[in-house]
Amino acid sequence: MSAITDERRPDDASVPDDATPPGGRQGRDALRQMGSPHRARNVKDVIARVVMWFCFFLAMIPLVWILWTVISKGAHLLGSMEWWTGNQRNINSDDAGGGARHAIEGTLQMVGMTALIAVPIGIFTAVYLVEYGRGKLARAISFTVDILSGVPSIVAALFIYAVWVTTFGLSRSGFAAALALVLLMIPVVVRSTEEMLKLVPNELREAAYALGVPKWVTVVKVVLRTAFSGIITGVLLGIARVMGETAPLLILAPYTKNFQRDLFNGNFPTLPMMINQDRGDFALATAAERMWAAALTLIILVLLLNIIGRVIAYFGSVKK
Amino acid sequence: MAKRIDVTDLNVYYGSFKAVEGVSMTVEPRSVTAFIGPSGCGKSTFLRTLNRMHEVIPGGRVEGKVMLDDQDLYAPSMDPVTVRRTIGMVFQRPNPFPTMSIYDNVAAGLRLNGVKNKKTLDGIVESSLKGANLWTEVKDRLNKPGAGLSGGQQQRLCIARAIAVQPQVLLMDEPCSALDPISTLAIEDLINELKSEFTIVIVTHNMQQAARVSDRTAFFNLKATGEPGRLIEIDDTTRIFNNPSEQSTEDYISGRFG
Ligand SMILES: Nc1ncnc2c1ncn2[C@@H]1O[C@H](COP(=O)(O)OP(=O)(O)OP(=O)(O)O)[C@@H](O)[C@H]1O
Ligand SMILES: [Mg+2]
Repeated sequence: MSAITDERRPDDASVPDDATPPGGRQGRDALRQMGSPHRARNVKDVIARVVMWFCFFLAMIPLVWILWTVISKGAHLLGSMEWWTGNQRNINSDDAGGGARHAIEGTLQMVGMTALIAVPIGIFTAVYLVEYGRGKLARAISFTVDILSGVPSIVAALFIYAVWVTTFGLSRSGFAAALALVLLMIPVVVRSTEEMLKLVPNELREAAYALGVPKWVTVVKVVLRTAFSGIITGVLLGIARVMGETAPLLILAPYTKNFQRDLFNGNFPTLPMMINQDRGDFALATAAERMWAAALTLIILVLLLNIIGRVIAYFGSVKK
Repeated sequence: MAKRIDVTDLNVYYGSFKAVEGVSMTVEPRSVTAFIGPSGCGKSTFLRTLNRMHEVIPGGRVEGKVMLDDQDLYAPSMDPVTVRRTIGMVFQRPNPFPTMSIYDNVAAGLRLNGVKNKKTLDGIVESSLKGANLWTEVKDRLNKPGAGLSGGQQQRLCIARAIAVQPQVLLMDEPCSALDPISTLAIEDLINELKSEFTIVIVTHNMQQAARVSDRTAFFNLKATGEPGRLIEIDDTTRIFNNPSEQSTEDYISGRFG
């Protein structure tokens, strides 16, 4: 370490003699004397590293523990074909096995619907806030998004229940749950898209304006295009985030063990609700094992989305 | 192609801050006009008012008159987008679109305005790159990203992009300040060629450059920081550098201040 620090010194000395450094001659003498504090700095550096590594390991413990528990207790069910093709119809808590296809499909269908609604709203809001918004309205919207991102999922679910079921008299369904998830997903999409749009250098917008390109074309073809992979990554992370939400499902989308592809009528199968179902009979080894397997399946889905997000970010990012 | 610009009594503001005051000048067609002056005197600000880029900045506004031949650029009926198509701009730092290839960068101005015909685009891309003295260097890699070029090549790419929309006037704000001497020379040669077709205005901190490339030179100055910048004088370049009418111009050029 000290060798590196020492190597910097000739740099100071290499200032040509006739050049007066900022602060005049006195300033340069002060620079010459700066060699000594590097030892103290190295000690601090080492301490900081040790503390950071320690905290990192502390944070890793629960993570590894969770993964280990879920994998060791649930992995073997995932090896069977039935798990990926079948459902839980006519399988009682004390029966072993069965499939999770109905819940996997249900979860994907529900978050798909959620994304379909939340992503355009979120992206348009972010575009408005970054590219157009000035003054009171923009501040009000930004504040609303802040509040929305702090709303607990169960409150979002109760709100949808109050509107959908109590006010409009419609029935609980997968779609109602998706609406609650929309409320949770919008702020995630808005904030991540906003960050990505802000990263687009202003020079690119000006370059487009200077070519006589109208503002909205600039926003669509230059700004959104430049930020595209970042926005997609944010969207996928947002989907992954709502995929495991359970409170809205408990309140709005009662579980069914059967295949159910209709989002608008009747009970709807999802992975979190399947976990919850088998947790009810946790004492039975057959149910417990299904519960862990469903949990592992959910983790894998979320992980896959994250990986896809990273891959898009990697390949879609601006190439040199 | 090239047109004359007539500016009368122009004041330029950032919100309530008056950055430039009382500028009147004429920019001759088919010539190069250089703006020189100390940092912060409003050269860039004034330059950006000539193609209505100034109003892109929140709070940016302008008083006075800018005429392009017989068109009032700040008339209420005048669309700033049209103005910018007629008066192109090259910035201090090369700013090719990072998601686009070399070809797409040059074609961007036309494509984004709805030109789709491949033949037309091919022709304009080639002639613009040739016009910017970049064609031989990039003709074999038109589909490679524009951001992969060297700084000097990127700047020439930006010039090609600007001339591809066939403007009447080309504004350049310190186009060489991020470049090495060789690339600088390449761009200066290019400016010399372009002036047969375009009216060119260039901001530069480099006196030799102003002396080398420009036909006329405008000297801007400001009394003190916080005061608005003013046009001190504009005249033939040889005159400004050899026998200026204002003392402050002579002081600035001979390096006595600024
Ligand atoms: N976006 C802005 N908002 C507010 N004030 C600005 C802005 N840009 C420039 N100014 C101010 O306007 C004045 C003129 O700035 P300008 O950039 O035009 O100077 P310049 O002559 O181009 O300087 P330089 O040679 O350093 O580029 C300065 O006082 C500057 O602080
Ligand atoms: Mg400037």
